Amino acid sequence: MSTQTTQTSAPVLRRQRRSKHRPAWEGRPSVGGQTLKVIVLACVVLAVVFPLYTVILTSLSTQAETIRVGGLVTVPGELTINAYTQILNGGIVTRAALVSTFVTLVGTILSTTVSVMGAYGLSRPGSFAHRPILFVFLITMFFGAGLIPTYLLVSSLGLIDSYWALILPGAVSAFNVLILRNFFMGIDISILDAARIDGAGDWRILGRIVLPMSRAVVAVVALFYGVGYWNAFFNAILYINDNAKWPLQLVLRSYVLQGVTLPGSGVGQVDVATGAVTGLPIKMAVMVLAIVPILVIYPFVQRHFTKGVIFGAIKG
Amino acid sequence: MALPELVRRRPPTTPPESGKAAPPAPVPTRKIGWRVRLKRDRSLLLMVTPAILLLAVFAYVPMLGNVIAWQQYSPYTGFLHSPYVGWVNFERVFTNPLFVTAVENTLLITAFQLVFFFPIPILLALLLNSVVTPRIRTTIQSIVYLPHFFSWVLVVTLFQQIFGGAGLINQTLRDHGLGNGFDMMTNPDTFLVLITMQSVWKDAGWGIIIFLAALSTVPPEQYEAAAVDGANRWRRMWHISLPALRPVIILLLILRLGDALTVGFEQLILQRGAVGADVAEVIDTYVYYQGVVYGDWSFAAAAGLVKGVVSLALVLGANKLAHVFGESGVYKRA
Repeated sequence: MSTQTTQTSAPVLRRQRRSKHRPAWEGRPSVGGQTLKVIVLACVVLAVVFPLYTVILTSLSTQAETIRVGGLVTVPGELTINAYTQILNGGIVTRAALVSTFVTLVGTILSTTVSVMGAYGLSRPGSFAHRPILFVFLITMFFGAGLIPTYLLVSSLGLIDSYWALILPGAVSAFNVLILRNFFMGIDISILDAARIDGAGDWRILGRIVLPMSRAVVAVVALFYGVGYWNAFFNAILYINDNAKWPLQLVLRSYVLQGVTLPGSGVGQVDVATGAVTGLPIKMAVMVLAIVPILVIYPFVQRHFTKGVIFGAIKG
Repeated sequence: MALPELVRRRPPTTPPESGKAAPPAPVPTRKIGWRVRLKRDRSLLLMVTPAILLLAVFAYVPMLGNVIAWQQYSPYTGFLHSPYVGWVNFERVFTNPLFVTAVENTLLITAFQLVFFFPIPILLALLLNSVVTPRIRTTIQSIVYLPHFFSWVLVVTLFQQIFGGAGLINQTLRDHGLGNGFDMMTNPDTFLVLITMQSVWKDAGWGIIIFLAALSTVPPEQYEAAAVDGANRWRRMWHISLPALRPVIILLLILRLGDALTVGFEQLILQRGAVGADVAEVIDTYVYYQGVVYGDWSFAAAAGLVKGVVSLALVLGANKLAHVFGESGVYKRA
């Protein structure tokens, strides 16, 4: 009865504008509420996007443009890729980017391999020493050794100024191993049994059956590790004294955040008299360089990341 | 000889993650002797070995290395030959006013963020959940989640560029003749607000994802039934959405509580220089400066160990609390 009236009289237009996703039983939100919602969400999105936009735009602007507007550029003016050619000319930023890339790649491969193997080895309850081994992993999640003994250990192993100091101490995260183990344990046991009856050993089962079935979760864990290695800066403060070996995050901190002068490229020169920061496009280009890998992989993995986080946070 | 027992105890305490479906399988394995199982499972053990070795060297050896907290450690004499001094270092820690300040700052930051940060992702998730068009919802979700993957160096640098003395806001104010050169990045009075803003900017998206996932498990029929029974939007949120979030809220609160003594170490160490140790010194930064910077190794190790032990107690206590609330907590009760 009521639906008929709405379909035949004035509200027809409103009916048609209804989102097709809104369930039939739910009434239209009030105009005020709707407006407020749009404003809040727009502000949230802007708060994330706008700083990135202005940083990227400034990195692509000329030095003259930044001086003209007195700092970050918000409206596109004179554009150039000068800043990027300058930092990628083989100087300290280039080297730092290579160091970060190397550490991230090697670290991610090592961590993921070790974690996948560990997780598979832990995925069969009732196997030899299963519980004690599980506890070896779990304890590290609840009690951290602390910064001082770890530092002393790494330095007594002679790893100061070695890239391995950036990789090995955090190479295995029990949390990630448990995420993988959770997934492996969910795989239908009859598939694995069938393979075993056919004569496959555990290595073959892991490589040929389990891994292909768990590509998504392995990708998630690899990316957790990868992002961790790429973003880490404090381990480099601790273990890398030689600034020729600094990763990109540390270069970003020293030359952009702290404003130390970057040799040979004009980054971070502050004119004491006017307080104006020169080399701003170059600074911003260093920032963009640190974001780019994240921005590049993000769209592909965001979906998986979401799954992984939920998997880890709620079930872990 | 203890091993078969551990295995026999296993069925009731099956790994909680595997849920209710697991029990049938292990029955035959129980009867197999440990020698047979050692032989049968040798490739499994081999697979775990690299991970165990890494943990042994980089997690367990440092745990033992905490003995220097009872020593008068010097890098020249080493772990083995430094003299033992009993509890002296711990006494020094507890009577040190700077350590007390660091603890106070830590707890203050934790409390402040619990009040002003923790609810934000919940509110935003509820708001986002009411956006009915899936495309818009997932797009916004992806955008706010992005900063979670940025490094702290990057986040702090971004904030400096926006809120700093030479930052965008001051620049805009100056252009309109309003600038008094207020520099939020170096002002100790607004530091709590600043770091909370940074945390929200970086990690609210992560919380939103978690809460949205919990909300997506609510069957739409519940909302429909409630709506048919005359419950309006707010009532549905209060009686359906929020109860659905309860376990997640409790879980995250517990994790936060267990982590109460850990507050954004990287975030703070990056800004300690700019705002000063009075407000930015937390336990972790204090340990770092006392040990690595000033070389008072044993004292710093003692301070770090105190923190580690208290944190462990907090995690276990928080879990107990979760069980009291009828929630599963971080680990399930065996």
